[in-house]
Amino acid sequence: MLRRRFFWLLLVLLVVSVLFLTLGAKGSWGFTLWFRGQKLASLLLIGGAISTATILFQTITHNRILTPSIMGFDALFLLILTMMVFGLGAGGYTQLSKVWLFFLNLGVLTLASVGLFALLLKDQSSDLMRMVLTGIILGVMFRSLSSLIQRLIDPSEFAVLQSASFARFNRVDADLLLLSAGLVLVTWICLWIMRHRLDILALGEVLPVSLGADPKRGQLVVLMFISILVSVSTALVGPVAFLGLLVSSLTYRLIPSWHHGHILPAAVLIGGITLVGGQLVLERILKLETPLAVVVECLGGLVFLFLILRKGST
Amino acid sequence: MIRIRNLSHQIAGHDILRNVDLDISKGGLTALVGPNGAGKSTLLSLVARLAATQSGGIEINGLDLKKISHGDLAQLLAILPQVLTSTHRISVQDLVGFGRYPYSHGRLTPKDRQVIEQVLASFELEGIRHRFLDTLSGGQRQRAYTAMAWAQDTEYLLLDEPLNNLDIAASRSLMARLKRLAEQERRTIVIVLHDINYAAGYADHIVAMKAGEIVEAGAPEAIVTEAFLSRVFDTEAQVTHVAGRPLVVV
Repeated sequence: MLRRRFFWLLLVLLVVSVLFLTLGAKGSWGFTLWFRGQKLASLLLIGGAISTATILFQTITHNRILTPSIMGFDALFLLILTMMVFGLGAGGYTQLSKVWLFFLNLGVLTLASVGLFALLLKDQSSDLMRMVLTGIILGVMFRSLSSLIQRLIDPSEFAVLQSASFARFNRVDADLLLLSAGLVLVTWICLWIMRHRLDILALGEVLPVSLGADPKRGQLVVLMFISILVSVSTALVGPVAFLGLLVSSLTYRLIPSWHHGHILPAAVLIGGITLVGGQLVLERILKLETPLAVVVECLGGLVFLFLILRKGST
Repeated sequence: MIRIRNLSHQIAGHDILRNVDLDISKGGLTALVGPNGAGKSTLLSLVARLAATQSGGIEINGLDLKKISHGDLAQLLAILPQVLTSTHRISVQDLVGFGRYPYSHGRLTPKDRQVIEQVLASFELEGIRHRFLDTLSGGQRQRAYTAMAWAQDTEYLLLDEPLNNLDIAASRSLMARLKRLAEQERRTIVIVLHDINYAAGYADHIVAMKAGEIVEAGAPEAIVTEAFLSRVFDTEAQVTHVAGRPLVVV
């Protein structure tokens, strides 16, 4: 049954990708394919990265409602970015190469998130509501701090930041794309190697210890991977809060398996289908100018509400 | 053998364990009994290294618990916590397979598969091996988790109140199975029990705790008396004997 579902997911992803590349193409094929191919690659990469980060976060927190963005991961990324622009000035900031900036950002985010969330996870994450509230408060705090600093800086610096603070699926930097693809690929390989350990880590607080999987170290390693994935997706397109949740709940529905060897690839496929398919329908079929982020956030938000309400009633 | 010396533990400034000295010898079923808040679960969690020891020491087979690696400990000792999640979408067979993680880290070898088959048979789980945990009854689920811990093939198995939420049939069959398997495979089981009658009926040794201290230890026939119940549990209950075993009239 699983094999058939994987086959269908792969087929759907292929179909939407081909349609995305070819539907309504005008003018030179070479240019269209190159231009759209880049966009397709970035959508697939981002969809995969966000979905993977979400599944990983849900695995180490043992619940299926929290996501890195609900817990304020991408708000933290933006705060770090803002502080860097504030510290360096727009001149200094734009002089640094994008690649260096990206790695600087990634390094700081990894350190900050591992420190912060490891602390948060340490005293038992069993109280879900407390975790959700803490995360939402942290997110609001990071966002307010960012906007406070943004008020302090001058307009030209603000313009640099603004382009980084909104989700945008249409313009993606080609330099960053290649670098991000490399990073995400390496992360996926590492995760594939540790997939069995992830199955054990998801079992709760006690059983991983009993089975010799050292959950504390596992959580730290996984938090590091989550930081990389979130940095990549936020650097490329900006914050998307609910896409991960939408994809992860779809994945658990479609793939009734505990094994991360099944769940992670399926989530990557579904993440790709959601973004590419969504963009295809919005742009090519409905001819709408509505940004995809708005639609995905709306759907994902509804899923979040549904999950919270259902959890509350049982 | 598990040797606990001078073990004290505090949580948020409260004494949970006070200078506990206890030897648990190899083989058989040892029951930890005592009123709520006596420190039974804490003692178990310290032995399984779920929390770090604050003062005092624990040795397992002569090895200092602090110095055993995670991997080695998982081949020596397994623990099953009191609360087991019921919503996991894991099949019974996969769950039992997780018990082999300390040996093969997820890539099951032919020997692992053989052990899994044996354990599924000993715990009578063959009929429901493909069912998911969230579709099982409380008794079946407890049996599946216990089977997972059993598949870990450890010398010591610690169980924290496994009879919680089980009806009388499931409780009796689980205890009888554990006693039989412990004897057959010469394993040591330490089990926290709420109901003194199950301890008296199935355990080889009883260790009674109260307010963080060991108050009595010995064979059930020797220690379960009316005076014992009043001293440990602060309750006046009559004790009779059936088939050579003490029985508390509740």
